[in-house]
Amino acid sequence: MEEAYDCCFSIATMITIFLLVVVIRVVYVFYRTGKPLSSKSSKPRSTLIVLGSGGHTAEMINVLSVMQKARFTPRFYIAAATDNMSLQKARVLEDSLADEDKKVPAEFMQIYRSREVGQSYITSIGTTLIAIAHALWLMLRIRPEVILCNGPGTCVPLCVIAFLFKVVGIRWSTIFYIESIARVKKLSLSGLLLYKLRIADQFFVQWPQLQRKYTRSQYVGCLM
Amino acid sequence: MGWQCGLKLQMGEIEQKRKTVFVTVGTTLFDALVKAVDTEQVKHELQRRGYTHLLIQIGRGSYIPDKCEGEGGSLGVDYFTFSSSIAEHLRSASLVISHAGSGSIFETLRLGKPLIVVVNEDLMDNHQSELAEELAERKHLYCAHPQTLLETIADMNLESLLPYPAGDAKPVINLINRFLGFPDD
Repeated sequence: MEEAYDCCFSIATMITIFLLVVVIRVVYVFYRTGKPLSSKSSKPRSTLIVLGSGGHTAEMINVLSVMQKARFTPRFYIAAATDNMSLQKARVLEDSLADEDKKVPAEFMQIYRSREVGQSYITSIGTTLIAIAHALWLMLRIRPEVILCNGPGTCVPLCVIAFLFKVVGIRWSTIFYIESIARVKKLSLSGLLLYKLRIADQFFVQWPQLQRKYTRSQYVGCLM
Repeated sequence: MGWQCGLKLQMGEIEQKRKTVFVTVGTTLFDALVKAVDTEQVKHELQRRGYTHLLIQIGRGSYIPDKCEGEGGSLGVDYFTFSSSIAEHLRSASLVISHAGSGSIFETLRLGKPLIVVVNEDLMDNHQSELAEELAERKHLYCAHPQTLLETIADMNLESLLPYPAGDAKPVINLINRFLGFPDD
């Protein structure tokens, strides 16, 4: 009787300690997120660039074209499986680079979307699960040190997975979110989620009135 | 020889006098815009303002405007669905009337063309009007709705539009570099 009680007690203690460790770790990750990295080095960092349709990609290409590519190497591009245009634009950019900036060739990947426009909600449960598994698989392969995203819905699961990787200790990714220039008064849903969940390390907006409303964001002027 | 020269000169004059209004709905459809442009009042107003041709990119829309050769002083009207050379059409236009997508807006502004953006009220998540309204407030373009397009064309003063300064990604890159501990250049 006493032994069983002891056993239960020790299991309960272990679970408590485990949960405590997890909570402390999560708190630590939240505390460190948003703080600049302390190391001062020029060591290149593997970079994941999440592309979206239409204006999103044009804005991202503008950012990439002035970036010192040698610092953000190797580069991985992800776009939705239904979107061929965006990866094509990224390929054009990568092809135009000087040889030293593409010593390590960039990789281009497509990701399943959780829900296509017009898809029913019931079938979207299944497709969402597939999309999450696929995102997890891609993130395990890439394990990026830097994530650049600017608003397509596909960036949310990828950023959440990156956050979990930080907690578990698989990889410390620094997440930069640049809200689209099309958002003047309100954040996009993706932006709002990453802002409220405090997942993005740095949150950039392109209009001053948006910065005043979301005070943890930084105003960087228009990219277009 | 003489008459040929004269003909060439005349052709040149006609080319010079050609003032095209280019209308674009983007990658999907926007029938309300095409319909609004294709009304007699709007066409008449455009002609009164000195435009000679109207070229409409209608996308996947089902409303087909009437083609018109534009002989005898009437406004020439032509349309197409999609084209890979939208940039060419924008470049040769004297006035652009566009949907509110940021791609079309900034491409037109970069070319320094006068622009009227028409907001599609039928879109579910209509955040698109935000950008057009902000840029209209800053006097880089005119912002209209399908039902106010005629008024906007009648009242617009293209002289008062301000050129749009090119965007700059340097500030954001500097912040990213500093955050990651990369040395300053």
